[in-house]
This record gives sequence, C-alpha cells and structure tokens, in this order.
Amino acid sequence: MTNEKQPITTNSVVPFPSTAIAAEANAPESPTDKADNLPEPEGRDRFPATAGGQPNIHPDLDTGATPKMRADHVEVFYGEKQALKGVSIEIHEDKVTAFIGPSGCGKSTFLRCLNRMNDTIVGARVTGTITLDGQDITAPQMDVVQLRARVGMVFQKPNPFPKSIYENVAYGPRIHGLASGKEELDAIVEKSLRRAGLWDEVKDRLTESGTALSGGQQQRLCIARAIAVDPEVILMDEPCSALDPIATAKIEELIHELRGRYAIAIVTHNMQQAARVSQRTAFFHLGELIEYGKTKEIFTNPREQRTQDYITGRYG
Amino acid sequence: MATQGHTLKAFDEDLDRLRALITEMGGRAEHAIIEAMRCLSERDTDGAHQVIENDKRIDALEAETERRVIQLIALRAPMAGDLRDVVAALKISGVVERIGDYAKNIAKRVPLLEDAGKIEPLSLLPEMARIATAMVHDVLNAFVQRDAEAALRVCERDRAVDDFYDSIFRTLLTHMMENPHNIGQSAHLLFVAKNLERVGDHATNIAEMVYYAATGEHMADRVKGAEGLAR
Repeated sequence: MTNEKQPITTNSVVPFPSTAIAAEANAPESPTDKADNLPEPEGRDRFPATAGGQPNIHPDLDTGATPKMRADHVEVFYGEKQALKGVSIEIHEDKVTAFIGPSGCGKSTFLRCLNRMNDTIVGARVTGTITLDGQDITAPQMDVVQLRARVGMVFQKPNPFPKSIYENVAYGPRIHGLASGKEELDAIVEKSLRRAGLWDEVKDRLTESGTALSGGQQQRLCIARAIAVDPEVILMDEPCSALDPIATAKIEELIHELRGRYAIAIVTHNMQQAARVSQRTAFFHLGELIEYGKTKEIFTNPREQRTQDYITGRYG
Repeated sequence: MATQGHTLKAFDEDLDRLRALITEMGGRAEHAIIEAMRCLSERDTDGAHQVIENDKRIDALEAETERRVIQLIALRAPMAGDLRDVVAALKISGVVERIGDYAKNIAKRVPLLEDAGKIEPLSLLPEMARIATAMVHDVLNAFVQRDAEAALRVCERDRAVDDFYDSIFRTLLTHMMENPHNIGQSAHLLFVAKNLERVGDHATNIAEMVYYAATGEHMADRVKGAEGLAR
C-alpha cells in the first residue's frame, strides 16, 4: 500500500489519469487510423454526401430546457481529412444520449470533443464551439485537467491502472484534492464503488490489483474511477463491446442508475444497447449528424431514410 | 420506404414469407366469402359445408403467422419500418381470420334457407360481397407493397358497402312487414348483410394498419376532418 500511494507518473501536467492513460491504451484504435483508411466504400456509393443538408433534429426535443452541453457547428480535421462536419447538438442532464452510426461516421470523434480528448491526437484540429453549462470548453485558457474531471470518460477496453482496486478509485480524488484525509478518501472510494455496483464484490479485496478482476468488474472499476472525482458528465465509448452479455447487462443497469445524477453520452455499435439504455439517440453518417430524436422515435419511426436503413440492417 | 434489401438476406426472406402468408390467408378469406355467397344464391348446401371445412385452413394460417412473427422478433430484432410491418402482419392475420369466420357464418345459414323461396334482396347481396371482398383484396395488396395511398383509397370505398347495407336493411324490413312468412329468411339475410358490412369495416381497419406500417403515422392524424372517412 505504501508504494501505491506514490503518484503514478512524475509528470505533473498529466491530465486526469483515466483519460491520459486510456488515450495511450486506445491509441491503435484512435479515429486517426479510421480516417486514414477511409473505410466503407460501399457506404459512400450508396449514400451521396448531403453537403449543406440539414440534420433532422426532431421538433419534440427538450424545447426550453437548458442543455448540459451544447455543441455548435463542430468540425474536426485529422490533418487534411475532415472527420466531422458541422455537428450541432445538445446534451441534457437527465438523459442518456446514444451516438450510433457505422464505423468511421464520426461518433467517437464527436464524443472525444466533449472533453477535448482530440487534443491528445497529433494533427487533430477542432473548430466550432462546445459549451458546458454555458462555458466554452474549446477556449485556449480552459483548464483541460479540470474539464476532464467534470467530463469523465469510460473506454471500450477496461483499462484499470496496474494498481490496487482502492488506488484505482482513490487516485483521481487525491490529485484533485477532493479528500482532506484518509477517512474521507475511504468514504469516496466506498461511495464510488457502491455507485458503480462493485462494492459488494470487492470490499474484502481492495488491496488486490485492479487488473485481477474480471472484464466486467474492471469496466465497473473504471466507471467507479470516473465518478470518484464527482463529474457532471460521463462519456462512454463502447463500454460493453469487450464484455459478455451478463457483464453488459450489469453495465446497462448501472447506466440506468447513474442517469439523473450525471449527464451520460454513450457511443455504441450495438443498436439494441442504444435502444435499451438511452432516451435520446443521434445518428451519424460520414462525419455528419443525420438525425437526432427521442430513442423510441428513432427506433420505431425514423424520419430519415439513412437512419432507417442503418437501424433496420440495410446498411452497416 | 425501404429502398433496398437487408445486408442479411435471410431477414428479407423471412419478411417475404410473412407477406406471402398474409396474402394466402387473404386470398382464402376472400374466396370463402364469394363462395359462401354463391352457395347462398344457389342453395348449394354441399358447397356451404366445404366453405365451413376450409375455414380451418385459414385458422391454421393465422397460427402459422403468429409463430413466424414471434420467431422473427426473437431472432431478427426488427426495427423501425420492419418492426411496424411485422406487428401489422400479426394484427392483419387476426382480422383476416375474422373475415373467414364471417364466411363460415354465412355458409352455416345456407342449409337453413334450403326450402325458402328466393326474395329480391338476395340479388343485391352478391354485389355487396364483391365490393367488400375487393376491398380486402386491394388492402392486402397495399400491405404487401407498403402503399399508404392505396390503403387510403380502400377506406374511401367503405361508404359504398355501408350504403348497400342501409339499402338492404330497408328492403328486408319492407319484406318482413309485407309478408310474415318472409321474416325467417329476411332475418337470416339481414345477418348476412351485417356480416358483409363488417367485412368492409375490417378492410378499413386493415387499411389503417397498413398506413401506419408504411408511414409511421396514424391515418386518423393525417386525414382528420377529411370527408368520406367519417364513419
């Protein structure tokens, strides 16, 4: 335990650890590769790009409610390649918002904009504005470490630190100075693990390594780690794609429980999952937002042909 | 609405098979009504028995449709337009089964009228049956082709069936008043006319299901206040 209380890295400017380390871990799968490869020639032929076409934002959406986050004409370039074209969307506090679409459609790229994860990708350039509670998070003076504490992230592959279960959760609150003593830190760790639905399974083995847990437990540990710093928004990038159905169900149940406490945005390839866990669904295609509406509407009566084709399995 | 096949071809095959089932059910129900009316006109008791016997096949097709729909939902997880189609197929099969029952009900009256003389309204009934069954025929075609406009047009024809019913009702009343000997037969024919009127209503109900399946909107919302659908 004594050893583990050392900071994980000596680099003091490292951003919030879950994101920094995860960025490395996920590097091979970063959107850069997808952008360079230009996949889905079939998709390109079938749907001509709707340059200048307006996304279909359903009119019955949260009219009047103040959004937690708002993206306004966000564009992302990886070098010469434009990965995201003029995306404007609002994310609300009490809703789970799902981003769906075929590989390379820009949904992960967009998710990464919401806590400036694209900053970590060399050659990535983001334009447009994104606000969190009205504050522009794309401004140069924005403290990215602070931002990522407010907007946490959970990744596709569970990526616990090679440290004890306790340390995995305690690290964030400690570097952000959220706990004034051991007791308070213990309380935060317990509360976070409870909220992540993991406490009963690990309370007697907190000193064991986080990497010794099962895949599903590791992912819930990562969620506990994300919520330990008391974020306002949680971004999830395909959080269940490496998990079995039981572990997936537990994460989905967890998402249900966390809703209301945090605004949640989730990227998933599993449309049934989007249908199960979200209240809002946004469909992306070729870097554009095509349609955004209530999940029950998107899955029973989409307004756009491309959305219909994708969710019914006619494309993708 | 659907412009192309599913990536998974077997999904399309399942949906096609479902549509084929509905088409077969509809064809049989349509034929059963026409045949029951022929038996009624010609006092063909043997033919009427055959109509009653054949209804079992329609019932079996309904059960088969239900089985396939449940299978398709479980194995293919249909979404959006596909889901609306599949649910519509399930509902339509129930309605078509009812239409088959009306044919059976008409056929059951044939032996009861064997000895009765033919009265004038009997000549109006086959024409009413033709219009009602044509509605069923066309609305099921609209379902197979996901044609919302065709479904709307079917609804407009229900008025004619209702007019027939009103006319036959009045004529039968007159016959009953004129000659009490006609009351038995007239009462039977009144039920037949009512059955045919219900067939028209059911075709209209199917049209509403087809419209929703094809467009995702309820017909009532679209044509609210439109004339010709008030009934």
